[in-house]
Amino acid sequence: MTRPNGEPLVRLSGVNKWFGELHVLQDIELSIDRGEVVVVIGPSGSGKSTLCRTINRLEPIDSGDITIDGKRLPEEGKDLARLRSDVGMVFQSFNLFAHKTILENVTLGPIKVRGQSKADAEKRARELLERVGVSAQADKYPAQLSGGQQQRVAIARALAMDPKVMLFDEPTSALDPEMINEVLDVMTALARDGMTMVVVTHEMGFARRAANRVVFMDGGRIVETAEPENFFTNPQSERAQDFLSKILNH
Amino acid sequence: MQFFVDNFDLLKDAFLQTLSLSLLAGLLALVLGTLLAAMRVSPIAPLRWLATFYVETFRNTPLTVVFFFMIFGLPQIDFVIDFFTGAVLSVGLYTAAFVCEALRSGINAVAAGQVEAARAVGLTFGQTLREIVLPQAFRTVVPPLGNVWIAMVKNTSIAAGFSVTELSAVLPRLVNADAGDLTLVLVGVVAGYLIITLPSAFAVHRLERRVAILR
Repeated sequence: MTRPNGEPLVRLSGVNKWFGELHVLQDIELSIDRGEVVVVIGPSGSGKSTLCRTINRLEPIDSGDITIDGKRLPEEGKDLARLRSDVGMVFQSFNLFAHKTILENVTLGPIKVRGQSKADAEKRARELLERVGVSAQADKYPAQLSGGQQQRVAIARALAMDPKVMLFDEPTSALDPEMINEVLDVMTALARDGMTMVVVTHEMGFARRAANRVVFMDGGRIVETAEPENFFTNPQSERAQDFLSKILNH
Repeated sequence: MQFFVDNFDLLKDAFLQTLSLSLLAGLLALVLGTLLAAMRVSPIAPLRWLATFYVETFRNTPLTVVFFFMIFGLPQIDFVIDFFTGAVLSVGLYTAAFVCEALRSGINAVAAGQVEAARAVGLTFGQTLREIVLPQAFRTVVPPLGNVWIAMVKNTSIAAGFSVTELSAVLPRLVNADAGDLTLVLVGVVAGYLIITLPSAFAVHRLERRVAILR
């Protein structure tokens, strides 16, 4: 895979974070280029979700620097809200707005944050819902949709903001097995279209198919970074070998 | 029957007085209570302190004492208001504290993921509150707000002691005029309250079912 030159889109340097006594992120160094798809894997409690959530400051960090498109993450306030609008986020538990219809879920950000007209926002929202295959559900409420449909709506909601980068925090972990692929297919298509993505997942198939790089985390550290094929066939660290043997041999 | 015919105008005026007192105080309590609830969950500490101070002051003061302050206390600092306005302010300001706390419990019940998703989309704190948190909170607190409203309607009776001729104020007046009709007087006054509170309870129930959100 080619990596474009120039300033990385997302850069974490010397990032540390504690939850009380627990040192959940330890000296994290990570750069993500434009158009790159990075899959973060690791055992539970390794800090991979926390890492993902620090990138739009849903989790503040204790030390270090995070920059997006060359700009340092601002403190809580209007500047941070503006920055977050450029960073799409997809959650494990979907988190669609429960009292709003599917269409309203997708148009809320463009109308309230970007100041688009209702008509423009709805036109674009319907295109996006079409793209993720849930356009027939536009007027329903989230609870009336299956998990897979809800997650695809969540992706459309994030895309509606035309984000520079998309964060996926275990997007398929709460789904029934038969719904996982419909979400992964949307994500794979997104990756092919050149979206910059950070994906925390256990889906090795997706990592092989769509990722440029796999980042393996354990105990709050990045233990190994490699191209997917190399990582899965020939992991360098003992910890990664152990982890892979556990998840691949069953 | 003759009793009601004879005293219809008095009872009707008293009923309307109780109704307008309730509606005005209820509106004040709802608006102020919402503002206070927003302040209590604000990231700005002084706003939280101010709202907490307000709630604890009014929630822990007997309503009669609030009335005393409004009607006899304020004139001491050259701030004279008429009895009716004083009653609206007393009941409204007092009830706002309870509205705030009911709403706050609803705000706390909104799933954390809803707020995270709103912030992730780029909504500011105020927008998140207005668009996501409060609309969901209001839906869950319809039943407790209904309780607050009914308690408030009955609390307006304290205004009787402060020269506002609302329903309870006609009790002693009519009884003094004709002690023999005591039962009828009571029935008339209680019916006046029920005309307000029973439909309210019904409306709250209907509203609760209509706005319920699927989760």
